[in-house]
Amino acid sequence: MSKELIRLVNCKMAFDDEIVLDDINLYFNDKEFLTLLGPSGCGKTTTLRIIGGFIKPTSGDVMFDGVRINDVPPHKRKVNTVFQKYALFPHLDVYENVAFGLRIAKVPVEEIDERVTEMLEIVSLKGFENRRVAQLSGGQQQRVAIARALVNRPKVLLLDEPLGALDLRLRKDMQNELKRIQQAMGITFIYVTHDQEEALSMSDTVVVMDKGRIQQIGTPEDIYNEPKNAFVADFIGESNILDGVMLEDRLVKFFGRRFKCVDAGFEKNEPVDVVIRPEDIDIVPPDNGHLCGTVTSVTFKGVHYDTIVDFKGFKWLIQTTDYHSVGEYIGIRLEPEDIHIMHKSEYSGMFGDYSSYSAEYDEMDDPDLYPEGEEETAAEESEDED
Amino acid sequence: MRRFNKIFTVVVLLFLYIPMIVLAVGSFNSGMDIAVFKDFTLDNYHELFSDGVLLPLLLNSVIVAVIASAIATVLGTAAAIGINSMSPKLRKLSMSITNIPMTNPEIVTGVSLALLFAFVGTLLKINNILGFATLLIAHVTFCLPYVILSVMPKLHQMDPNLNEAAQDLGCTPVQAFFKVVIHEITPGIISGALMSFTMSLDDFVISYFVYGPKFVTLPVEIYNYTKKPLHPKIYALFTLLFAVILIVMVVMNLLQAKDEKRVRDNKKAFGRKKVGA
Repeated sequence: MSKELIRLVNCKMAFDDEIVLDDINLYFNDKEFLTLLGPSGCGKTTTLRIIGGFIKPTSGDVMFDGVRINDVPPHKRKVNTVFQKYALFPHLDVYENVAFGLRIAKVPVEEIDERVTEMLEIVSLKGFENRRVAQLSGGQQQRVAIARALVNRPKVLLLDEPLGALDLRLRKDMQNELKRIQQAMGITFIYVTHDQEEALSMSDTVVVMDKGRIQQIGTPEDIYNEPKNAFVADFIGESNILDGVMLEDRLVKFFGRRFKCVDAGFEKNEPVDVVIRPEDIDIVPPDNGHLCGTVTSVTFKGVHYDTIVDFKGFKWLIQTTDYHSVGEYIGIRLEPEDIHIMHKSEYSGMFGDYSSYSAEYDEMDDPDLYPEGEEETAAEESEDED
Repeated sequence: MRRFNKIFTVVVLLFLYIPMIVLAVGSFNSGMDIAVFKDFTLDNYHELFSDGVLLPLLLNSVIVAVIASAIATVLGTAAAIGINSMSPKLRKLSMSITNIPMTNPEIVTGVSLALLFAFVGTLLKINNILGFATLLIAHVTFCLPYVILSVMPKLHQMDPNLNEAAQDLGCTPVQAFFKVVIHEITPGIISGALMSFTMSLDDFVISYFVYGPKFVTLPVEIYNYTKKPLHPKIYALFTLLFAVILIVMVVMNLLQAKDEKRVRDNKKAFGRKKVGA
């Protein structure tokens, strides 16, 4: 494993009386792609800004290569940032935006030219040198911002929801592009996002945060397959979360039935949260089912159908490629590896029940998701109608 | 209704500008009586430019206006940046304090400044403290709020990340200001400077209380003239002053229109960037 580069030790951050970060302990390895993932207000951007040096933690230490850097101002840190809204300099053209850091560092002119040209090639913006940044599309501005940061050859690149303003297609392209650049340059990326899919597909390590605390750290596979609590299980993908009792190792009881599972290490008769991913559930004829229920709603999602099934008043989400019509009585089978057991947590009972299911469940009600500009135009349009 | 609006606008403008028109016409009149237009002449202008008293006074006014607006612009810009980085509560308080001198009656400001200077003079045992310095200080004082008020909105409009981005790329906070931030707020600085210049150039009320016999500005001297019948060369002077102020205001408005267009273009291009909030 590569060596450790940055470490946050007992970092706390409070604005006035509001605690934004609560005792964060986290380390970042060299050449790692690490993602801070969580809903808005979870403290992920604050964590990034502490590493960038824009704010100082209320208490705790920030270590860089073993040296405490709490009091080192941003311009002396070997990190560069790609800001959420890019923050390109409007009075400079593309070339000068990228060359900005090198000019400040008084790099010789020939070397600046060489490095800027090379960088613009890497982000596929060759030929755009003399464009004003206001003339560029969102995706192009994004790439200028990345080039402007990377041309300084930082040890660490901080990215604050850099793809948030782009449309879906462009976002996918840029995800691949970012991963490619990170591997080609061999530097550490610390990436902040609320998009779980983005986090899973790009990262070496995912840090799930909520309420200023780290909920889980792990590889994307770990986070998805072995969520530590109901929050993580619900935030990363879809989950049916049920109350259960761990009877003994590898045997859990829920819905009045015993199921074999693969989890162990719980106390005898410990109340637990049981997670069943909607895509792991097999629908079978009622006679063969472990549980039987009635389909109450079906939504076509392209690749699969989101099927809501009522089991004795508790509604499950099942994702299946087979169509089952509303009102149909079906059975399901659960194999041991389909069942994941979690300790009870403060999040127990808050997630994983699809009783109040609506077709929009996967669109997060996160105001940050919607560009302010769009809101404004929407408001203006409605005014016009009046 | 629309017709009425048009007529109304014309009437209002007429009332606003009639005095200036009368003055301008009078400046080209060869007779001494403002009520009778005798012949068109440029004699008044000729006389004005060969006048040994008025021109040096005009120069005095311009000197004070240039220096005062320059100082006020630098101080006001610095103050605006300071106020902008305060917590919202303190910022609101500071802006209220900034606004008070603008609504304060000029005569009150003038008298209180005169008292202050007299007090300081006694304290430092300086006789006749009133002079160029006191005049300059007074002008800077009343120009300052105008600069702050025109720079603040520009700072507010600016993406706060720009400053951080500059520092992130290696700028010290001072470098970040001169290499990035200043470009964003230049329109505000220019309009603040121009406004200060015009305010200072034609100030009478406050100047009257703080000027000294060794350094007199034009508006103050002209007030002394009004006690006897005015010579038409004064009309010529006023017409020129009006023309200068008019040109400055037109330039300022053109610059503002250009800046608004730039902001709109940027807004279009950056999409979600918050502008004008």
